[in-house]
Amino acid sequence: MGNQEQLLHDIGIVGFVLTELTLYLDTHPHDRNAMEYFNHYNRMKNQMDREFSQKYYPLTTSLADCSKEWRWGAAPMPWEGVCE
Amino acid sequence: MWNYEKRLEFPVNIKEPNAMLAQAIISQYGGPDGEMGASLRYLSQRYSVPYREVAGVLTDIGTEELAHLEMVATIVHQLTRNLSMEEIEKSGFDKYYVDHTIGIWPQAAGGIPFNACEFQVKGDIITDLMEDMAAEQKARSTYDNILRLVKDPDVCEPIKFLRQREIVHFQRFGEALRIVQDKLNSKNFYAFNPEFDKCEDCNNNSNS
Repeated sequence: MGNQEQLLHDIGIVGFVLTELTLYLDTHPHDRNAMEYFNHYNRMKNQMDREFSQKYYPLTTSLADCSKEWRWGAAPMPWEGVCE
Repeated sequence: MWNYEKRLEFPVNIKEPNAMLAQAIISQYGGPDGEMGASLRYLSQRYSVPYREVAGVLTDIGTEELAHLEMVATIVHQLTRNLSMEEIEKSGFDKYYVDHTIGIWPQAAGGIPFNACEFQVKGDIITDLMEDMAAEQKARSTYDNILRLVKDPDVCEPIKFLRQREIVHFQRFGEALRIVQDKLNSKNFYAFNPEFDKCEDCNNNSNS
């Protein structure tokens, strides 16, 4: 796995932790431990998203940051897979 | 509103095309217990719910279902993108191919098009949450059926992930149902519609 693939893979893992914590906190809104986990992984995810977007391509339009070219439009679509 | 992240919720990288499997798996795109019905069900049910935390559960699970819809489409796309004409004819994929080529169209495995009658918005949150829990179990059974047909680990792993999520969503909807019931008068859980009836008797007065 190359660096780009590895970072996207890690973003997927941290993103999944946040998806799971969000649903859990929706029905357990007073669980302090879960909130601490959420804050921790949320900060981590934001940092990783920014790093990925700077090095490779933007994962969201808010990270597109384009001056010369429309980087968002040139980014690969997620259904393309790695074996293209 | 929504924001799009250009990544899948779980990676899908299928190397071997398989038209027969694609025809079975497309049921989880537009079939009776598929992700299109799931996302539209929860995202449509939430508007008239009088409890903010339950509307939140419907919003967040409905949003995750959109990510699952994209994963199922990706699986079908990767299973069909490099098919030869010979494989299309031999596998029985020719009937789908003639109308949609290798595009992704919401239908059940048997060819029945997606229809909003595959889910309900009753406007009664207890009724709707009961349907939601049943829907998660039905989708889980469908993924079990698919897993019995799959030999390729590239297909197996994302399907196993999707199956797991049905179980987690069932748990969360069960908790949402309990949140609703805690707000109601236990003598009258099923006598009133908390989304419509504005009566004193509906509510749980034990806290007041």
